Amino acid sequence: MRVNFVLSEVATGLRRNLTMTVAMILTTAISLGLMGTGLLIAGMISDMKEIYYDKVQVSIFLADDVTDEQRAAIEQQLADSSEVASYLYESKDEAYERFQQQFSQQPELVQNTPPDALPESFRVELVNPERYEVIAAEFPNGQNGVDQVRDEGDFLDRLFSLLNGARNATIAVAVVQALAALLLISNTIQLAAFNRRNETNIMRLVGASRWYTQLPFILEAALAGLIGALLAVGGLVLTKVLFVDKTLAGPIKAGIIPPVDWGAIAFISPIIAGAGVGLAAIAAYVTLRLYVRL
Amino acid sequence: MIELQHVTKLYPASSRPALDDVSTEIDKGEFVFLIGSSGSGKSTFLRLLLKEDDPTTGTVTVNGKTLNTMSKWQVPKLRRTMGCVFQDFRLLRNRTVAQNVAFALEVINKPQRTIKRVVPEVLEMVGLEGKANRLPGELSGGEQQRVAIARAFVNRPLVLLADEPTGNLDPETSEGIMLLLERINRTGTTVIMATHDYHIVDSMRRRVIELNGGVIARDQSRGVYGVGR
Repeated sequence: MRVNFVLSEVATGLRRNLTMTVAMILTTAISLGLMGTGLLIAGMISDMKEIYYDKVQVSIFLADDVTDEQRAAIEQQLADSSEVASYLYESKDEAYERFQQQFSQQPELVQNTPPDALPESFRVELVNPERYEVIAAEFPNGQNGVDQVRDEGDFLDRLFSLLNGARNATIAVAVVQALAALLLISNTIQLAAFNRRNETNIMRLVGASRWYTQLPFILEAALAGLIGALLAVGGLVLTKVLFVDKTLAGPIKAGIIPPVDWGAIAFISPIIAGAGVGLAAIAAYVTLRLYVRL
Repeated sequence: MIELQHVTKLYPASSRPALDDVSTEIDKGEFVFLIGSSGSGKSTFLRLLLKEDDPTTGTVTVNGKTLNTMSKWQVPKLRRTMGCVFQDFRLLRNRTVAQNVAFALEVINKPQRTIKRVVPEVLEMVGLEGKANRLPGELSGGEQQRVAIARAFVNRPLVLLADEPTGNLDPETSEGIMLLLERINRTGTTVIMATHDYHIVDSMRRRVIELNGGVIARDQSRGVYGVGR
């Protein structure tokens, strides 16, 4: 195969349909960028699950007027319970300290919250997290110094279903965008084949092989896919540097949100590039088979 | 060399067959005129030889190979043994004369050395040695057809198919083109030429196959175009 010939055909083709090529690259880039974002969110969710689920499963908040005896009784009950794997006491001061740390990015909120507004609590890890109900029944709300028992797992489940929803929505938009990109690639290839019909007709008549005739078109699409993928990766890098690392710096430092590290981007970049190049090439090949006589 | 056996070709859009039970044989080195009015089946005849289309029934054999059973990926190989010339030349307008001829070799992977050697040879043969670097737009119709013939012949095909090659040319220029085709025929290449030009057919006195409504109305060696013209 004459490499120069094929490459010059590819270059001519891309230049001749410049506007279509740009549209093809941009839609591909957006689609792949969203796909990458979806993958990053998925990674983040699994990191967050590790951060949160390991820590706290049930919180027992104590009433403001709890007596020392009541507190000691609760602690004793926890220590004796076979359902409890471990527990931790958090005083009002400690709760406030943690609150300050978590919301360090929102100083107004911290300023407007008096230090004694946050209740003291026992943070309980269960042997079996599913058996929240048993603990809740042992410490009825509003009795014996207990204000409220809260299943943090339940809260986390809701948080994660929200994040999963965000991930699914991103991927859904990526899929729709990918469909648009594929149709655009198909159109561009048809146009390119039409523009070069004289060349391809002659190639057919003098007995050029199918591959020789088709390869420039397929490479053209694959190259556009690759450029789109590079733009998408660039977009992810910019999102990390300008948005995640700056705007979300506080929560990340406080350990609320896991950081998006370079490793994750390095991991998904080849996936994005492969998807971009592969899908574009396949779309081009199918188009040539279906619509274009070569 | 070339054999059609009971070949019928029906196009989906038409109720009348373009070729209707046509059988004929053309030997190596023959020069054959294919004549008949428009729609008589001349172009279909040529298309079947190139396997641009398959016959509805019957078999077409070229160089001992049955085209009906030939797989798609073998078609390029078949076409490398055939050259084609058309009424409208079909040159690439943004490439020079030499590049147009070289294109036919490049796309079938001929080495650059060979291309550098044979392109000037064939251009000299068709009488365009001084015009290798001209663009087709700068040439006369006759010269453009010579480029097309050079491109069709540069790979030394066994068969040259010409579909009204003089259809756009004046009589004098046509004569030059015919001399060139005769010369190519003398090298042993079979030439099959579809034409309406009775002057040429009458003056050359070669084999004439006349098609009429998809059937062979006449097959005559050393024939003329027809009575009453």
